[in-house]
Amino acid sequence: MCAVSMVEQAEEKVVYKRPDSLNDCATHYCPGCTHGVAHRLVAEVLDELGVRGRTIGVSPVGCAVFAYQYFNVDGAEAAHGRAPAMATGIKRTLPDHVVFTYQGDGDLASIGLAEIVHAATRGENITTIFINNAVYGMTGGQMAPTSLPGQRTTSSPLGRDVELTGFPIHMAEMLSASPGAAYVVRRSLHNVKEINRAKKAIKIAFQAQLAGLGFSMVELLSTCPTNWGLTPVEALAWVEQKMVPVYPLGDFKVYDAVQTAAKR
Amino acid sequence: MSVELLKGNVALAEAAVRAGVEAYFGYPITPQTELLEHMAKRMPELGRVFVQAESEVAAINMVYGAASTGVRAMTSSSSPGISLMQEGFSYIAGSEVPCVIVDIMRGGPGLGNIQPSQADYFQVTRSAGHGDYHPIVLAPASVQEAIDLMTLAFDLADQYRHLVFVVADGLIGQMMEPAELPPMQPVRTAKPDWALTGAEGRDKRVITSLELTAPELEAVNLHLQAKLQTIRETEQRWAEQWTDDARLIVVGYGTAGRIAETAVRQARKEGLKVGLFRPISLWPFPEDRLSALADQIDAFLVVEMNAGQMWEDVRLAAGGQVPVMFAGRMGGMVPMPEEIYEAIQQLAEKLPGDLRSGG
Repeated sequence: MCAVSMVEQAEEKVVYKRPDSLNDCATHYCPGCTHGVAHRLVAEVLDELGVRGRTIGVSPVGCAVFAYQYFNVDGAEAAHGRAPAMATGIKRTLPDHVVFTYQGDGDLASIGLAEIVHAATRGENITTIFINNAVYGMTGGQMAPTSLPGQRTTSSPLGRDVELTGFPIHMAEMLSASPGAAYVVRRSLHNVKEINRAKKAIKIAFQAQLAGLGFSMVELLSTCPTNWGLTPVEALAWVEQKMVPVYPLGDFKVYDAVQTAAKR
Repeated sequence: MSVELLKGNVALAEAAVRAGVEAYFGYPITPQTELLEHMAKRMPELGRVFVQAESEVAAINMVYGAASTGVRAMTSSSSPGISLMQEGFSYIAGSEVPCVIVDIMRGGPGLGNIQPSQADYFQVTRSAGHGDYHPIVLAPASVQEAIDLMTLAFDLADQYRHLVFVVADGLIGQMMEPAELPPMQPVRTAKPDWALTGAEGRDKRVITSLELTAPELEAVNLHLQAKLQTIRETEQRWAEQWTDDARLIVVGYGTAGRIAETAVRQARKEGLKVGLFRPISLWPFPEDRLSALADQIDAFLVVEMNAGQMWEDVRLAAGGQVPVMFAGRMGGMVPMPEEIYEAIQQLAEKLPGDLRSGG
C-alpha cells in the first residue's frame, strides 16, 4: 500500500486485474486444472464486449457446476446435460440478452448430446463453451465419450478399448455440419499461445451471438491432472502430445458474416 | 364473451393464452397434441414464444429456463411424456420457479395405449420427480372447468413460485363441449424480484436447486415444506352434491367423478341416500372436508380409472372411521354409469343400515 502511494499518479497503469465479470472468490478447481483459465477468458471477453449486465450464464453438472458462483453475471444451474435447453428457454424470452452455456464433455457429449445437437440445429442464438478434458472429472475419473483410445480411467481400467466402448466423439466436427451453427471451433489451453488463440475464439463466438448469427461453440482442450494422475505441467504436455492429435485444433465452421461481425 | 363449442385440448391452450402465458415448449404426444398445435399457431401470432422441443426432457428444461426469466411458461404432455419430464419438475420445485404443466393422461404402464386413464395420480400428486415435495394438482371434469382451472393454475404458480399441474384424461382432452373462454389478460410487464434479467445495476441473481451442504439443503427443504403446509391449509378444492343426508359418499375426480355423478343421480332417484364428492385439487387433497364427512356416513366408494390410487388418500382422510371401498377400470377403459350404480347397490346391501332410511 505504501509502495503504491509513493508512485506518482501519472505512472500508475493497471495492466492486470480481475475482470468485473468474475466474482472475487476462490474456486474449487484442482491445482493445474484449466477451468480457471477458461473462466477468466470468458469473463475478460464479457468485460471487453461490455455485456456483463445483460448476460445470463447457464452452468452444467460436473466440475463446473458452481460456475454460476464464479461468474459475476446472472446465472442458472441446469440439470445434467440440459444447459442448452435451459439456455433456449432463457434466450427465447430474453432475445436481447447474451446467453451462454458452460459445459464439460460428460454433460455435453454424453447425457446432453440431444440438447446440444438440437440447439445447434435450431440455430439457437447462444454461445457454448465446451471443456473437453477426455474424462469425467467430478465423479472421479470415469471414461467419457471423449476419452482417448487406450486411455486408462476408473471405468476403463485396462485402457479404453474401442472394440468394446467405441471411439472418441468429435463434437466440434459434428456440430459444424449443422446449418444452424454459425461458428464452431476447437482451441486448446495448454500454453500461452493457444490460450491467446482461445480467447480470440471466445470473443468471436460472443460477437456472432451479438450479431444474431446463430449457434456458436468453442471447444477447449483442457487438463485434468487429478484424474489423469499427472502433475499440472505433465498434464499440459499430455494435452499437446496426446489430445491434440486426436482432436485437431482449428475452425470447423465460420460463416462469412461471423468474420464481418468480429471485425466490427 | 360467448359460448363456443370447444375441444378440451384447444380450450386448455386458448385459456393459457388468455391467462397471459408468454412461452410454451412441448413435444407431440397423443392424446394432447391439439394443445401443442394450437400453441404453434397462437403464440407466434401474438409475438410470444413457441418451441417444439426435441424431447419432453428438453421441453421441460426449456420451460425451466423461460420461467427463470420471470415469464409465465408452460408445457403439456401425456403420461409417458410426463415420465420423461420428471427430472425437470424436480429442479423447478427445488429452484422455486413457477410453471404450469398440463397432463392429458392415457393408459399405462409403459407405452400403454392412448385411451383415457387416470393412472398418473401417484406420478403427479406425490413428488413428480425426485426429492421431497408435492406439486399443486388441479383436475377438471369438463371443458369449462378445464378453462377455469387453467387461469387459476397460473395464478397459484406465481403466488407460490411452484409448479402447478392441470391433469385431465384423454376423454376431456378430446371431447367437444360448449364452454366460455375468459377475456384476454394482458401479459405481465413487471418482472418478479427473483427473475434472471441481467445483473445491470443490481447484484447478480442465481436460479439453482444445488445446496451441497446438508444443513443448508435441510434449510431449503424446511422452507419448501412450510410453503407446502400453507398450500395444504388454504388451497383444498372440491365439489360436492347430496352430501347433507348421505350415508354413502362416492368419491371420484375428473372424468370418473363426472360419470359417478350420473350414477349417484340415479341412486337418488331410487331413494338411496348417496352423495358425491369430487376432489378438484388432487394435491392438496381435500382431506379436511372428507374427514368431516367421514363422521356422518357409513362408507366411501372411490371410483377411478386406475387400480385405486386416490383410494389411498381417501383412506388416509377417513382415518379408519368408515370403510373405503373401491370400484375402478384400468387400461383406458372408461366405466359406465351403470357399473358405478351397480357398485353402489352392492355396497348398499353390505352396509349395516338401510341406505333408504338414512338412519
